[in-house]
Amino acid sequence: MRTLIERLGGSVYRGFSSAGRGVSLLRSIFLATRYAWKMRTEILEQMHVVLVGSMPLVIVTSVFVGAVTAVQAVYQMQAYVPMKFLGTVISKSVFIELGPVLMALVVGSRLCAFYAAELGTMKVTEQLDAMSIMAIDPVSYLAMPRFWAAVLMIPVVTIFCDVIAIVGGYLASVVTLDISSGTFIEGLQMFYKHTDLLGGLIKSIFFGAIIALSGIYFGFNTQGGAEGVGRATMTAVVGSCLSVLVADYLLAIVLFQIVFEH
Amino acid sequence: MEAQYNIPPVPDQKVADPTNFDGIVVEGISKSFGSKQVLEDANLLIHKGETLVIIGRSGEGKSVLLKHIVRLLEPDCGRIWVEGQEISQMEKRELMELRKKFGFLFQGAALFDSMNICKNVGLMLAEHMNWSEERLRERACECLSMVGLDGAADKLPSELSGGMKKRAGLARAIVMEPEYILYDEPTTGLDPITGDAINDLIIKLQKELGVTSIVVTHDMPSAFKIADRMAMLSRGKIVFSGTVDEVRQTDHPMVRQFIEGNSQGPLGAF
Repeated sequence: MRTLIERLGGSVYRGFSSAGRGVSLLRSIFLATRYAWKMRTEILEQMHVVLVGSMPLVIVTSVFVGAVTAVQAVYQMQAYVPMKFLGTVISKSVFIELGPVLMALVVGSRLCAFYAAELGTMKVTEQLDAMSIMAIDPVSYLAMPRFWAAVLMIPVVTIFCDVIAIVGGYLASVVTLDISSGTFIEGLQMFYKHTDLLGGLIKSIFFGAIIALSGIYFGFNTQGGAEGVGRATMTAVVGSCLSVLVADYLLAIVLFQIVFEH
Repeated sequence: MEAQYNIPPVPDQKVADPTNFDGIVVEGISKSFGSKQVLEDANLLIHKGETLVIIGRSGEGKSVLLKHIVRLLEPDCGRIWVEGQEISQMEKRELMELRKKFGFLFQGAALFDSMNICKNVGLMLAEHMNWSEERLRERACECLSMVGLDGAADKLPSELSGGMKKRAGLARAIVMEPEYILYDEPTTGLDPITGDAINDLIIKLQKELGVTSIVVTHDMPSAFKIADRMAMLSRGKIVFSGTVDEVRQTDHPMVRQFIEGNSQGPLGAF
């Protein structure tokens, strides 16, 4: 019993300790942002990694997200709801929830794993120590550009996802579900609100920060050799996905029940 | 094991006023990793301009001690002074300024694998000196030439052998003409000729530029060639410190066992 309590206490302590170090890392990244202009080339390179490197994944995921939403919506609606609302259902689902969350989970996992593995390998091969001894701050040189690249580009990726998913939903509806083009587009326009799109993009900014912070934090704190890098990468991705889902719920309450309601 | 040998007491390695000592003072450093105590009240003096070689068995904490000197690791207790300044009290900015005086050759070279060798060597200059690209490259190539790596500037670390990586790491360590260079196993993994060339380079840097060198090594021929003084680390403590002649003549059983490579003695075999 005592062992169980000790282990539980140890886990809680480590959890709070990690959270504290994560907040400290975030603070250091914000402080290092004053070097953003000096590090602009590195930031642009990292933005390229996020956007261009993720595009095939974004396109395939988004097309099928739109198409599947259309098929499921038609199945649910066919006996009770007029089909002119199909476009509305797809656009609202994609803008508010599916676009930001799926991109944070799919593209975010890819990015988070990349950051954790890259920085973790640098840690275990003493490259981070080498940087420190050269009076170069790894937070300014490595963490800050990666953090801002993710924060800036995950919303851009989400916009691509939104557009491509609508196209995917449109194609599935018109080609395979016998919905007319006019009906679909009428539905898209019917209850459109800017706040739907804006809310999704605001969420994706927070998701970008969570993804980057998780990858960087676990990468910087990697211990051991190849196994340590593997463990850090796995922990970073799991931590990122869980944090995104929790943050999604909290942001949904703040944005759609408080901010946009007033 | 030690009881049957006549082990002399740990040498006195303290100065009355570390703030007035022109060199490095390590005072009472202890460090544990989990339940493993690596350093235990380790004391060491490094005089300005000398080459101090730290010897000791694998896993005794020599690299850990080296990393404490530049605060890559924080001690559990104890203090370190560099040129009279206590490094644990330094702000981040002060520490960064101090580190510009140091070069560090890592055991595995620790080259940045996303950059070519020229950028690896020139990175510190690029970050801290307002030099043109041409001047940076010229200096990087000059340092690469000093370690016999002419023509390797545009290669990636993955294209180099282990020994070449180590030499590139050394070129990176000397690029800013540091006052202190810390070498972690500089000749390990090199062929004897290249190893000896590195020894000559370490001696040359000390003689011509007055560099203070701290070298961690197991390579005794190299240690005897480059050292002004040697210190032996065992069980977390500096158990012996003396000049090369004193090392040769000492009857300290731990030192004798180590320099003779004898499996019988107070250090044990494993």
